[in-house]
Amino acid sequence: MNRTARLCSAAAAAVLGLAIVGLVVGDYPVPARSAIATAVWDRGGEFDFVINSLRFPRVTVAVLAGVCLAASGLLFQTLIDNPLVSPDIIGIDTGAAAVAVAILAIGLDARLLPYAAFAGALATAVLIFTLSWRRGFSGGRLVLVGIGINALLSAVITYMLVRFPVERVSAAARWQAGTLSASSWDDARTLAVALVVLLPVAFLLVRRLRIMQLGNDTAIALGMRLEQNRMAVIATGCGLAAIVVAVVGPLGFVALLVPHVARSLAGALTVGVLLLTALLGSVMLLSADLVAQRLFAPTVLPAGVVTAAMGGPYLLLVLRRFNRAV
Amino acid sequence: MRSDHKLDPVLAADRARRNPGDVSSRSRPVLSTENLDADYGGPVVLDDLTASIPTGEITAIVGANASGKSTLLRALARLLKPARGVVYLDGADIHSQSTRSVAVQLGLLPQSPRAPEGVVVGDLVRRGRYPHQRLFDQWSKADERAVVRALELTGLSDVGDRPLDELSGGQRQRAWIAMALAQDTPVMLLDEPTTFLDIAHQVEMLDLLARLNRSENRTIVMVLHDLNQACRYASHLIALADGRIEAVGHPSEVVTAEMIERVFGLHVSVISCPVSGTPLCVPHTHCH
Ligand SMILES: Nc1ncnc2c1ncn2[C@@H]1O[C@H](COP(=O)(O)OP(=O)(O)OP(=O)(O)O)[C@@H](O)[C@H]1O
Ligand SMILES: [Mg+2]
Repeated sequence: MNRTARLCSAAAAAVLGLAIVGLVVGDYPVPARSAIATAVWDRGGEFDFVINSLRFPRVTVAVLAGVCLAASGLLFQTLIDNPLVSPDIIGIDTGAAAVAVAILAIGLDARLLPYAAFAGALATAVLIFTLSWRRGFSGGRLVLVGIGINALLSAVITYMLVRFPVERVSAAARWQAGTLSASSWDDARTLAVALVVLLPVAFLLVRRLRIMQLGNDTAIALGMRLEQNRMAVIATGCGLAAIVVAVVGPLGFVALLVPHVARSLAGALTVGVLLLTALLGSVMLLSADLVAQRLFAPTVLPAGVVTAAMGGPYLLLVLRRFNRAV
Repeated sequence: MRSDHKLDPVLAADRARRNPGDVSSRSRPVLSTENLDADYGGPVVLDDLTASIPTGEITAIVGANASGKSTLLRALARLLKPARGVVYLDGADIHSQSTRSVAVQLGLLPQSPRAPEGVVVGDLVRRGRYPHQRLFDQWSKADERAVVRALELTGLSDVGDRPLDELSGGQRQRAWIAMALAQDTPVMLLDEPTTFLDIAHQVEMLDLLARLNRSENRTIVMVLHDLNQACRYASHLIALADGRIEAVGHPSEVVTAEMIERVFGLHVSVISCPVSGTPLCVPHTHCH
């Protein structure tokens, strides 16, 4: 078994372990054996509600959302060839959030929210891509435009939160912090459907990304249709990020950090690195969720606050290493 | 002209994937330009350039810095859309053909290629097989053979597992050449393939290209800075000055003191190389 396969096995074991811990711990104590039994083969019984209506869907959403975010981050970082880029940094999440908050603020049906957020993310991606296009694509320009758009949209969100009736926007504000605690099986299903469609595409794109990484000249010389494949990568990456914002709300730093960790463990991009990234995304979100649930129990923090708190220090570490290398 | 000249290049490449290196069983595409103008959005870089690349021969492109050598190579490799004029590959406008069908006929080593972080040599070379693979294609035995062969030919078999950024500049250059070899195309375009190489490895590299040319009939086009190497290895020379062709033909016919003066603004004496009999340019300097 090669190194990447070993790492993937370890990450998969960690996902399983953390998921079980997620089922067991909580304000209402459930013995480990009963927790697993209730979740898997003995539905019903004393712990049915706690496990199957609260914790199991929450854990499942954490696993799936982690996969989406981390995979999305890897696609963007490879495409733009910059480890400090992710969909949340270039404004994809904020775009989704802006439309979602607008939906809630003007009092439209909250069931529209996932679709609206998804549309917002894609619209933002198209906007960034168009604005940064000048006689060709440039990753650097895309990032700069993205950061600008991100700031602009954040301002729009703040404006809406202040401007609209508090009873409407308070839900929006809560959603905007990115919380897993209210996760339902419906949320899990939405994420699962998106993953079934987008994850195989992401895996197919790995081989093309490996060529695009060699620079425009070499990629074209090897027969790569750059523009189409760039669009495909951006659309897939946006889709993966957007679906999470739509279902859970913005969860910062997962898409930024996890691919970076996976690459430094497993090396240059391969299908195995994407798999490892996906698994580590779940690991990070499951851990963040545990901390969010238990740190100030019984008060529950939004998971987005925890991922940001985990991400900040790590980012500084990366930057320090970056600076030393230059 | 051979009868298989018009063979569909993708089909031909499919046939050839079973026999990597056996370029002779494939169509031999003809490469040429007609009234080519090229620029990068600013001043004209290539000016009304008409040239044809002799099939199955080694062509060297020489000229001063910024004379447009890399630009010509990039235009030949369809990396640059001409402002005017046409690049023909196999009788048709290269930009009208599918990029993949071009990629199985024509490979390129750019002047300063970019390596992904942490990539190991073998992985880089394997990526050269991309145009031979399909959407759901598994890595085939032929792909593996082509990669092993490319590593062998470039003397890199022992460092296949090493990260590229831990190698010397010369080894790195050879890894890129190995990637171009793995692509296994009947036409190879190389931009300064000998930079970063020590004199022994320069000769080895040029010998390798000469061997690929002779035994497999590959068409080779390379930008070279060393005029004497160009004269020694190429049977066709294109000398550029300010984006125009200043001289073209067999080195022993076109390399003269006057030509070098016009192209490089340098005083030389041209003598016959004592080893190969090809033209040898000896610069005049003020130091002696
Ligand atoms: N990407 C680019 N953008 C703008 N101008 C360019 C670009 N590449 C080359 N040029 C310009 O085109 C002209 C020809 O450049 P080219 O790279 O073809 O020269 P060259 O003959 O290969 O030189 P060298 O021997 O230094 O490699 C130069 O004036 C250069 O400034
Ligand atoms: Mg050049």
